[in-house]
Amino acid sequence: MSKKSQKFEGDPNTTGHEWDGIEEFDNPMPRWWLWTFYATIIWGVLYTIAYPAWPLINGATAGVLGWSTRGDVAAEITAVEEANAPVNAKLEAAELTAIAEDAELGPYAVSAGSAVFKTWCAQCHGSGAAGAKGYPNLLDDDWLWGGSVEDIHATITHGIRNEDSDEARYSEMPAFGRDELLEKEEISQVVNYVMSLSGEPQDASKVEAGSVVFADNCASCHMEDGTGDRAQGAPNLADAIWLYGGDYGTLTETVSNSRYGVMPAWNTRLTEAEIRAVSSYVHQLGGGE
Amino acid sequence: MSILDKHKILETNATLLLIFSFLVVTIGGLVQIAPLFYLENTIEKVEGMRPYTPLEMAGREVYIREGCYVCHSQMIRPMRDEVERYGHYSLAAESMYDRPFQWGSKRTGPDLARVGGRYSDEWHADHLRDPQSVVPESVMPKYGFLEEKKIDGKYIGDIMATNALLGTPYTDEMIEAAQADFRAQADPDSDYDGLLERYGEDINVRNFDGQPGISEADALIAYLQMLGTLVDFSTFTPDASR
Repeated sequence: MSKKSQKFEGDPNTTGHEWDGIEEFDNPMPRWWLWTFYATIIWGVLYTIAYPAWPLINGATAGVLGWSTRGDVAAEITAVEEANAPVNAKLEAAELTAIAEDAELGPYAVSAGSAVFKTWCAQCHGSGAAGAKGYPNLLDDDWLWGGSVEDIHATITHGIRNEDSDEARYSEMPAFGRDELLEKEEISQVVNYVMSLSGEPQDASKVEAGSVVFADNCASCHMEDGTGDRAQGAPNLADAIWLYGGDYGTLTETVSNSRYGVMPAWNTRLTEAEIRAVSSYVHQLGGGE
Repeated sequence: MSILDKHKILETNATLLLIFSFLVVTIGGLVQIAPLFYLENTIEKVEGMRPYTPLEMAGREVYIREGCYVCHSQMIRPMRDEVERYGHYSLAAESMYDRPFQWGSKRTGPDLARVGGRYSDEWHADHLRDPQSVVPESVMPKYGFLEEKKIDGKYIGDIMATNALLGTPYTDEMIEAAQADFRAQADPDSDYDGLLERYGEDINVRNFDGQPGISEADALIAYLQMLGTLVDFSTFTPDASR
């Protein structure tokens, strides 16, 4: 280390380090920078006084402003709830069937319901409500459990075949193949018969035998003409609309192993107003009755 | 000699600098970390938290192995938009048996902290097999191979024993019955009374993937269907001062 030196007149002092003849000026830090630095220190101290900061024996200091993350989010949610409280109260008090007609509630229910649908329902029924294999299309007028706004409301509230709600809609088709209720040949016959209800069977010679199998095993739920029974959630088999598919292979799978579509109960996650809103939204999509 | 000049002594002596840096980091660490071990409000008392069942634990291992945490978080932050979308914000207590926790740091997919019960088992099976079949806009890869891979839970007791060593309250009985409980939870026709007795009445006992046998998909779906459902929020009052 060399001594501090000034090689030229007017140069600032050097830091005193010198390696291979290279030295470094010891310029003072810019004043604006230094004051900013001091300001941040003061800011830091004030901040820990104002907001929760220092850990003590039983908890951290709460801060003189009394702010907390949880208090913040609770206040924000309360503010929104309070703003919507009057209209939500009206929505909960209204007759379900009267909501759509109401000039104030109708549009509110549809737009609120649309938001609920996109958050909670779209994952299964699709963001456009067209459904997917195994998840019903809500745009058409083919309903498993009924398409009136009351029926939709009941389905959303309690769900279908779940363990969460005792009032969930429930029915279970027997697994005719797996549980050996029907022979393979009988299943093939009845599948051909079911296909004949809405279009061309794969093997027309089996249709007649299939109609006997159908009458003995299926008609009690799906009705003699195959148009289904909404009280039991038994689908209409004659309308060429299929939840799982209407080809020979898929129908054989359905008859052999049955289907057991589950929908969660939503009254545990959504408020009554939200359920009413989304019921109104689904009802007006096109298939509402 | 000003204080800055004294500092020069440290700067020019590597060993001293090392010792003092270590001291500074130690104090900083103590102030930040040590209070978490004794502050009462770090992990609040909640009702319902229980150690994971053997099948759920196996599902958690699959979750970690497949790197689900890379795209999915398990941490609902206390913000209105997140609470409205996912449900009640996550509590520290809900991760108390997670070693390591699965909070994640990025959401390519949605948060999963409260995914339990939100979809049907069949949806999960369909979605793992081909995510785009139910959510066309999804970019999630296919995990159909999980339902091909059968597992027997042979080592799940060892994993539970390791967790017990670290403080998870698994009893010796739970560890001994691990493989039996593992099988029972995926088979609704089995005798699963012991499982319910050990872990609680609310355990989901189902054939989660709808296929015969116990696959990795069974375990993963069992784990997912439990996520966020344990704490009883009807008895929980959040302490707003935190």
